[in-house]
Amino acid sequence: MSDLAPPFEPLTVLIAEDSAADRLLLSGIVRRQGHAVLLAANGAEALELYRQARPHLVLMDALMPVMDGFDAARQIKQLAGETLVPIIFLTSLSENEGLARCLEAGGDDFLAKPYDQVVLAAKIKAMDRLRRLQATVLEQRDQIVRHHRYLLNEQRVAKAVFDKVAHSGCLSAPNIRYRQSPYALFNGDLLLAAFTPAGDMHVLLGDFTGHGLPAAVGAMPLAEVFYGMTAKGFGLAQILREMNAKLKRILPVDMFCCATLLSLSFQRRSAEVWNGGMPDGYLHDIASGERRPLKSRHLPLGVLSAQAFDDRTEVFPMALGDRVLLLTDGVIDTCDSAEQLFGVERLLQVFADNLEPGQLFEEIEQALRDFGGQARDDVSMLEISLVEPAQLTPPALVYSDSGQSSPLDWSLSFEFRAESLKRFDPLPYLLQLLLEVHGLRAQSAALHSVLAELYSNALEHGVLGLDSRLKRDVRGFARYYQLRNARLEQLQEGYLRVHVQVAPQGTGGCLVIEVEDSGHGFDVQRVMDRPLDLGRLSGRGVSLIRQLSRNASWSDDGRRARVEFSWEAQA
Amino acid sequence: MSVNTQVSEDGRKLTISIKGRFDFAKHQEFRDSFGQINKQLNSVVVDLKEATYLDSSALGMLLLLRDHAGGDESDVRLVNSSSDVRKILAISNFDKLFDIS
Repeated sequence: MSDLAPPFEPLTVLIAEDSAADRLLLSGIVRRQGHAVLLAANGAEALELYRQARPHLVLMDALMPVMDGFDAARQIKQLAGETLVPIIFLTSLSENEGLARCLEAGGDDFLAKPYDQVVLAAKIKAMDRLRRLQATVLEQRDQIVRHHRYLLNEQRVAKAVFDKVAHSGCLSAPNIRYRQSPYALFNGDLLLAAFTPAGDMHVLLGDFTGHGLPAAVGAMPLAEVFYGMTAKGFGLAQILREMNAKLKRILPVDMFCCATLLSLSFQRRSAEVWNGGMPDGYLHDIASGERRPLKSRHLPLGVLSAQAFDDRTEVFPMALGDRVLLLTDGVIDTCDSAEQLFGVERLLQVFADNLEPGQLFEEIEQALRDFGGQARDDVSMLEISLVEPAQLTPPALVYSDSGQSSPLDWSLSFEFRAESLKRFDPLPYLLQLLLEVHGLRAQSAALHSVLAELYSNALEHGVLGLDSRLKRDVRGFARYYQLRNARLEQLQEGYLRVHVQVAPQGTGGCLVIEVEDSGHGFDVQRVMDRPLDLGRLSGRGVSLIRQLSRNASWSDDGRRARVEFSWEAQA
Repeated sequence: MSVNTQVSEDGRKLTISIKGRFDFAKHQEFRDSFGQINKQLNSVVVDLKEATYLDSSALGMLLLLRDHAGGDESDVRLVNSSSDVRKILAISNFDKLFDIS
């Protein structure tokens, strides 16, 4: 439909004119054009007729008895509100001042006496066009307002649902601080944190491509995988593979999620990092003041096929009080009025000027304001510090079964060979099975930690033949994990066996775990003679095992480790 | 036009040139630009000489182009990228998917 030539719609035209002859003349002209006519002999009558009949257009004589045209025009305009009711003044006034008064009173046009039929028809048409335009604009404005209100409401509800999901994790833990613009979710930012069963912490900061609802849609499945697999004790590599495969499956080709995934181990004092497409994160070594960038080494999640996906992580040692800072590109891509970016250099300057680590967020925000950047709604920052495990209280695991079917007298053995060791992490499955034993549930965190240490010792020092002394300093630490990845990738043979035995004992029971590997073993006596010390970078695993389990012992030249867990009858 | 296309004389190479900010506002134009990809074409060049900035939806568009040009079998080259643009491509590790120069 073209707005320029609308189909003819007859109007109702109100004519206010005190001269009966002029009324007759005008109404004749207007009727011949096909419009309906209402007649008033003065301003008061005109106002009353307007109230009753709401005509589309008014022809108004300026000078009339009882109420003049100026007054009537003013009141009609007031009644009409936002609707445009064009008023054309009929006037013999010719001096400028009189004409100006017509416009001031709300008149839209004049028609000078004597009346010309052609001019009047043209003016009515022009005014009608204006009237329709105004009506369309108002209608569209109301529509936009309505849609906007719907949208805000939908966002509010979606956010409420999402907050429940996202914040079911441990973002409120005392060692985490974070800032997120209130509707960052609708700009694709995602922030998740959760405890692993062993008491480590997993954190994800993600940034979906695009804006609005499409960007928020991918967040749900990602959060589901993150929380589900973290709670079951899966490691970063497995979680990443699953997230990538899921996003690849459900997202259109041009959507993906940049993400940094972090696993912080408070017992081993280390951080494991995978960064795909996010700006550098920073590991702040408090003692030296150094900030090590955590660089993006991978394509974002949801780009590569499951076969091509690279789940390799980097591991860094940490000391008590060290912090990791993660941020989204909303920080460094904030633009000033000249479209200049805030950039990494300015961020590093904020770091350099920072004296009180607790004030860093405020200082970054202040720097963004000083920079004159337009406030963006996709600024997310997270800082997590390494603290003593005792300072954290991982939530108790919730079990739904009654415990009547708790298995109490059984054993089983697994053997994992090279191809399985490369890709598969059997621990979550093993632990799930062990936690069917009710008596063990109270010790689940210790059980997770010990089993994880036994497994990684057997794999890394045994099967892969890595020397833990490599981890004595920070550089060696990184080298160690590079070697680990490389050797695992090339692994052709070797095995790792796990024997588990559960037996009743008095009113409770006892679990014996033995882990055996195909490696060269180690000098058991030398390691046992070392003090139980967690301060070193190397050899923490063995100390941890000895502290958290009973009767830890090594035999067969260190190729076989044995630990016990026992429990008393349940109240 | 801020997205221009040119097909080589032998009809085997498509060059897409981007001018200004490469972001969501160019979505339709960019999609239209590679709508003409056909079996005869065996390579696509995206000329970023006059592109000032890339946002994440531009990266998404490049993935779409790559997919359209044959995915892992495709030959898509990003040329003449400025240092700012190259930084953005580097953070996302797009050099693992595209030949960037």
